[in-house]
Amino acid sequence: MDYILLIFTAVLVSNVALSQFLGICPFIGVSKKLDSALGMGFAVTFVMTIASALTFVVYQYMLLPLDLGYLRTIAFILVIASLVQLVEMFIKKFSPTLYKALGVYLPLITTNCAVLGIAIANITAGHTFAMAVVNGCASGLGFALAISLLAGIREKMKASDTPDCFKGFPIALVIAAIMSMAFSAFQNMVF
Amino acid sequence: MNNQKLKDVALSGLITNNPVFRLVLGTCPTLAVTIAVMNGIGMGLSTTVVLVCSNVLISLCRNIIPDKVRMPAYIMIIATFVTLVEMVMRKYVPDLYDSLGIFIPLIVVNCIILARAESFASQNKVLPSAVDGLAMGLGFTLSLVLISAVREFFGAGMLFGIEILPEWFPKIAILVSPAGGFLVFGILMAVVNFVMAKIDLKKSLKEAV
Repeated sequence: MDYILLIFTAVLVSNVALSQFLGICPFIGVSKKLDSALGMGFAVTFVMTIASALTFVVYQYMLLPLDLGYLRTIAFILVIASLVQLVEMFIKKFSPTLYKALGVYLPLITTNCAVLGIAIANITAGHTFAMAVVNGCASGLGFALAISLLAGIREKMKASDTPDCFKGFPIALVIAAIMSMAFSAFQNMVF
Repeated sequence: MNNQKLKDVALSGLITNNPVFRLVLGTCPTLAVTIAVMNGIGMGLSTTVVLVCSNVLISLCRNIIPDKVRMPAYIMIIATFVTLVEMVMRKYVPDLYDSLGIFIPLIVVNCIILARAESFASQNKVLPSAVDGLAMGLGFTLSLVLISAVREFFGAGMLFGIEILPEWFPKIAILVSPAGGFLVFGILMAVVNFVMAKIDLKKSLKEAV
């Protein structure tokens, strides 16, 4: 039950992009086309799940015993950057099709603040290892959901006549605002 | 490097290439912390400090760092400064530290800093890099203050935490919610685009005459 609640919260109630404001750069930047949005979404889910597990281990079993908790930002960003590099090499070797699909988006994930944000949030929320991994995966799925929804709407918006000064980013932000309002309705759900 | 060029660098960071409204970098903290003007200023200034320090150090090391490992090197330099800022803030401004929360460590992945390191500091001398960092940082702060002033004033009827609008005045509560962040940012960006387009038009008309 705890896990279901955790997943529900991470995907819908406190969606990474729409209510926690993490990973907004790719959320707005890579949501022009549905295909690329889906690619980005799943690449993030993938990296975020592994990063949650790795950073948890690094923090609990390396930094804490050595009393180096204050180094967590540096340690986590290193772990994430090398993880992204490793994942990229791994996928390139074993699944060229997946590599082609994710290709450009993989290196971009290093600077996606959602990955580092969730890793730090896992620590501050005091999650256990399993909960951290589930939270990472669910948050990634929430991001994938939000970015593909936004991309779908933006593809449709291309045909409509927006004022010149609203073209591009501004109208995408307004759409995101309306989506965020819709998602905020989940906050009032009671179990 | 003469004064004119330094002035150009400063103006570009503050206005014409404003990191938030023109380059659309660092959107996450922009949206997340701008519920109150104080938060906007705190976030803006701490980012400015990191930006100036990292620009200076990267500019100093630009001939030593091998090209292949420059990204990890930049990230390490930035992360070090962020950790320092984080420790100083926790000690001296604990209230602000709490209200900015997770977004202080996340300055590391603020794309403004890495973007300036890669596109400016790695190719320029120390002084222009410092000016660029300062201008970009202040441009970021300015945008945060603008957005947070709109949100705090219309959303909560306050500025700097002081009640300004009377009790009976209707407040738009949605502006201080996450949705309001997207909305205000989008509309302000459209306004900036509109004004910039008008200025460009005037300039080209003047040149034509």
